[in-house]
Amino acid sequence: MGKSVLLIEDEPNIIEAISFILSRDGWAVSTHSNGHDAVDVVRGAVPDILILDVMLPGKSGFDILRELRETHGPESLPVLMLTARGQLKDREMAEKAGVNRFMTKPFSNAEVLEAVRDLVDA
Amino acid sequence: MARDTLTGSRIRERRAMAGIRQSELAREVGISASYLNLIEHNRRRIGGKLLVDIAQVLGVEPSLLSEGAEAALIATLREAAADAPSVQSELDRVDEFAGRFPGWAELIADNHRRVGTLERVAATLTDRLTHDPHLATSMHEVLTMVTAIRSTAGILAETKEIEPEWRNRFQRNLNEDSQRLAESTQQLVTYLDGAGDVGASLTSPMEEVEMMLAEHNYRFTDLEESDEGLEAFIEAQPQLTSHASRDVALGVLRQLRRDAVMMPRASFGKAMGEWGLDFPRLVKEFRAPMAAVMRRISILSNDFWSSPIGMVVCDGSGTLIFRKPVEGFAVPRFSAACPKWPLFQALNRPLRPIHQTVTVTGRDARQFDCYAISETIGPLEFNEDPLYHAFMLVVPIEGDAGATREVGSTCRVCPSLDCVGRREPSILVDGI
Repeated sequence: MGKSVLLIEDEPNIIEAISFILSRDGWAVSTHSNGHDAVDVVRGAVPDILILDVMLPGKSGFDILRELRETHGPESLPVLMLTARGQLKDREMAEKAGVNRFMTKPFSNAEVLEAVRDLVDA
Repeated sequence: MARDTLTGSRIRERRAMAGIRQSELAREVGISASYLNLIEHNRRRIGGKLLVDIAQVLGVEPSLLSEGAEAALIATLREAAADAPSVQSELDRVDEFAGRFPGWAELIADNHRRVGTLERVAATLTDRLTHDPHLATSMHEVLTMVTAIRSTAGILAETKEIEPEWRNRFQRNLNEDSQRLAESTQQLVTYLDGAGDVGASLTSPMEEVEMMLAEHNYRFTDLEESDEGLEAFIEAQPQLTSHASRDVALGVLRQLRRDAVMMPRASFGKAMGEWGLDFPRLVKEFRAPMAAVMRRISILSNDFWSSPIGMVVCDGSGTLIFRKPVEGFAVPRFSAACPKWPLFQALNRPLRPIHQTVTVTGRDARQFDCYAISETIGPLEFNEDPLYHAFMLVVPIEGDAGATREVGSTCRVCPSLDCVGRREPSILVDGI
């Protein structure tokens, strides 16, 4: 069984596409699509890497990351954050919240794959 | 130098523009070149037939030479100079400049007007881009769809061996996403189509209602007399394109009707004419709340006051919920307004009327008398904190009221750098 990835994203077709490419690369992919209970889901089964969308129903990716960092640092839980908002202040907010890498939409499959491999190997 | 003594300078300038030599022009009108030289240097007065002859040779109206540039041009040049401290010492030569170099003067005036127009457009578009939730949501939707399509198309193009079941699923996703993208972009384009006419693009029910009110010049004589036919009237208004805007309009016009019952148009207009903005007297005479008197003054000012009086209303969160615009007092469409407005002071001090004279920051620096008050909305209940709406009348001041409190429109377009209330940098200083 490969290393585990948890993808928290609310757009079903993006979930399907990313899950497909990561599974093909040997990762064990699980998904979740809302922000309400995202922190509990992560803490319930901490993955090797978390891919987190910023705009989620219920709670923003920034808030989820801030809460997670209270118990899991960037070393023990690498987080790749995805957003359609590439503004500098969003990037700063992500860095302040403790993100390992920040990626703006639209991204390519290769970019996601490379980022995930980098973060877990790092 | 006075404008009427600059006829010679204008002749010299026009002659140079026409490419005629001094000696040629002198010969054409039957005078010596040295005499024309004296005229052109404003050392000899000129008028009558000689002026008419010179004007004819130069192909211009005699008045253009004798009266020089239009007063409006001079005024615009003075306005442009107000922004440039370096030319203040030469301000008294503006007439001479306009007379000697009318082409350059017109160019400066045109550029000054253009800068003013572009600043207004930039202010509105920046306001929209920064704070417009509709635009932000639309852009997010489009980028999300593009990401899904790019990712799915990448899988179909790059995966050498893919099971038919997966291939079918991704093809279906691609089809769905491309349809959603088409719809999202179409909506976005429809929305942005109004960008060129920023004053007319409608984005919210309240804006549609404000457009409808302005279209009627805030005059609803029949509806003030009777509220019969109110709903049919609203249905017939082309500016009200949604159920939400018609609903808001219904509320606004019903309030206008209630105000009109307390303060009938003719008698209140007469009282305004006789007493001016004597609020205590108007309140007492018509037995109406202060906020209602303010609303009535604003609505009737278009008919009974020397110039229209503006009005801004906000709720307890400070969100602007009604605007009757007045020239020179810019009210932001989406972003939060200047916290120094008396409107917000009134919100902090319920039921206490506030009067302040303010100067709006920026190029025009117009001054206004602002009258504000906040009043409770809805019935009072025991042990329930009431909610408030704040109202502010914005009365233009003719002439100079001297030093007053400075207020802006919204931080993004306010040049006041050291304001303690600043929330974000100004694009007028730092750029976008």
